[in-house]
Amino acid sequence: MSGDVPKIRLRGLAKAFGEKKVLDGVDLDIRAGHGMVILGGSGSGKSVTIKCILGLIQPDAGTIEVDGRDILAMSRREREELNDRIGMLFQNGALFDSLPVWENVCFKLLAQKRITRAKARDKAAEVLAQVGLAASVGDLSPAELSGGMQKRVGLARAIAAQPDIIFFDEPTTGLDPIMGAVIDGLIVDVVKRLGATAVSITHDMASARRIGDDAAMLHKGKIVWRGPAASLGHTGNAMVDQFARGEREGPIQMELRR
Amino acid sequence: MGAVALFALQGLSHLVRPPFYGRLFLRHLVEIAYFSLPVVALTAIFTGMVLALQSYTGFARFNAEGAVANVVVLSITRELGPVIAALMVAGRIGAAFAAEIGTMRVTDQIDALTTLSTNPMKYLVTPRLLAGVVALPFLVVVADVLGVMGGWLIGTTKLGFASLSYLKATMDFLQTMDVVSGLVKASVFGFVITLMGCWCGYNSKGGAQGVGAATTAAVVSSSILILALDYVLTEMFFAR
Ligand SMILES: Nc1ncnc2c1ncn2[C@@H]1O[C@H](COP(=O)(O)OP(=O)(O)OP(=O)(O)O)[C@@H](O)[C@H]1O
Ligand SMILES: [Mg+2]
Repeated sequence: MSGDVPKIRLRGLAKAFGEKKVLDGVDLDIRAGHGMVILGGSGSGKSVTIKCILGLIQPDAGTIEVDGRDILAMSRREREELNDRIGMLFQNGALFDSLPVWENVCFKLLAQKRITRAKARDKAAEVLAQVGLAASVGDLSPAELSGGMQKRVGLARAIAAQPDIIFFDEPTTGLDPIMGAVIDGLIVDVVKRLGATAVSITHDMASARRIGDDAAMLHKGKIVWRGPAASLGHTGNAMVDQFARGEREGPIQMELRR
Repeated sequence: MGAVALFALQGLSHLVRPPFYGRLFLRHLVEIAYFSLPVVALTAIFTGMVLALQSYTGFARFNAEGAVANVVVLSITRELGPVIAALMVAGRIGAAFAAEIGTMRVTDQIDALTTLSTNPMKYLVTPRLLAGVVALPFLVVVADVLGVMGGWLIGTTKLGFASLSYLKATMDFLQTMDVVSGLVKASVFGFVITLMGCWCGYNSKGGAQGVGAATTAAVVSSSILILALDYVLTEMFFAR
């Protein structure tokens, strides 16, 4: 596989907010059709990295290539076309609270006119079933859902348009263990069935091993390790092993974040 | 200031490029025009009433009580109708838009729109601007009629004018230009209110507190702009 162009290639990605350097030269290749898991302490810049790839945050320096094309140099039009093929689950769900759940789920399909409003309810029910929600949930408003249900609706919305690349920002946080495993299964299935590339952020090691083929660890603005997700916990890299096992003692010291 | 102008231009540029969100436009139109009717109606009636009373006592000193109807209709159509309706709408709609869009910003919903093949400016801002420009003239027509009615009510019940001659004096003095200038003002104010609501919300940051600050900023800035632009527009229309 090493000869192939990676689906996503980051080189020297840097981003600072004011004085604070969040990303400081991130280099990362993400293989097409595989699951990549990004690990890292809270506040290490995982969400910022994904938002840079999505074009929601403008990086200060570095390049981002998707399918070998530099996306920072793309025209607005090309960028929009790329976004049409990308799905995203936001860390907090980011559901539209002015719209019922079914419209949230089918939002992208409706926006791209791939479906009529009349058919959208049925389609939403179908996708909701995949994330373990009853069709009746479709008529509720997001504010009427529990946190875990919101997450699952966010997931349904991210996969409904059958994207080519999907980002999951903490897909299983806030779910019970069984539902977490179901969602992991779903992510694996989406990658297999759609041939999609999935990039997930997670703090849950069991989940990371299930959904990831590859894993990478972000620490102090750089990728400090990358390797097979299956090896997490016994990678031989002291930092990653400490993180994966959740040990207090080790090379990563709890520090006061500024 | 330049940034706001750029924001406005961006919002307007989507008017001519599909897709168009007619459903959203109608929703905002109802939100602004229909649900502002009670406040605008009440304030307009009382303004007309006060105006009649005040001008009567003022003119009585010069034995010019007959001018009350003229003063009421001119002040209402040229100035007070548009300004009062706009200030009321600024309080209701400017705040509501800033709060709604601000909340969407701080909860990543605006970012989510982008990832869902939807241009947030086109989806959130353009329909609101258009609704403001259309709704305000409608509200001002209502305010004009009710303001004059308020004056007529006081004129006939308290100040001893004959009903018909009061109305005749009103109509005689009224010129198309008075109403038209008021409606033009209304459209401009409608644009300013929705623009400031969207702008402040769109650029809010920092959680609930940030949304609160955006809401306040939207109401204060649009109120000031309404009064300042009222002067500018009056100067343009009548100072010749
Ligand atoms: N829009 C922003 N403005 C200013 N600072 C920001 C912004 N977005 C993120 N940051 C800062 O960047 C840092 C990284 O944030 P990020 O959300 O990427 O963390 P994370 O790795 O996703 O953490 P978590 O696991 O807790 O979600 C944080 O210190 C945060 O304060
Ligand atoms: Mg995060």
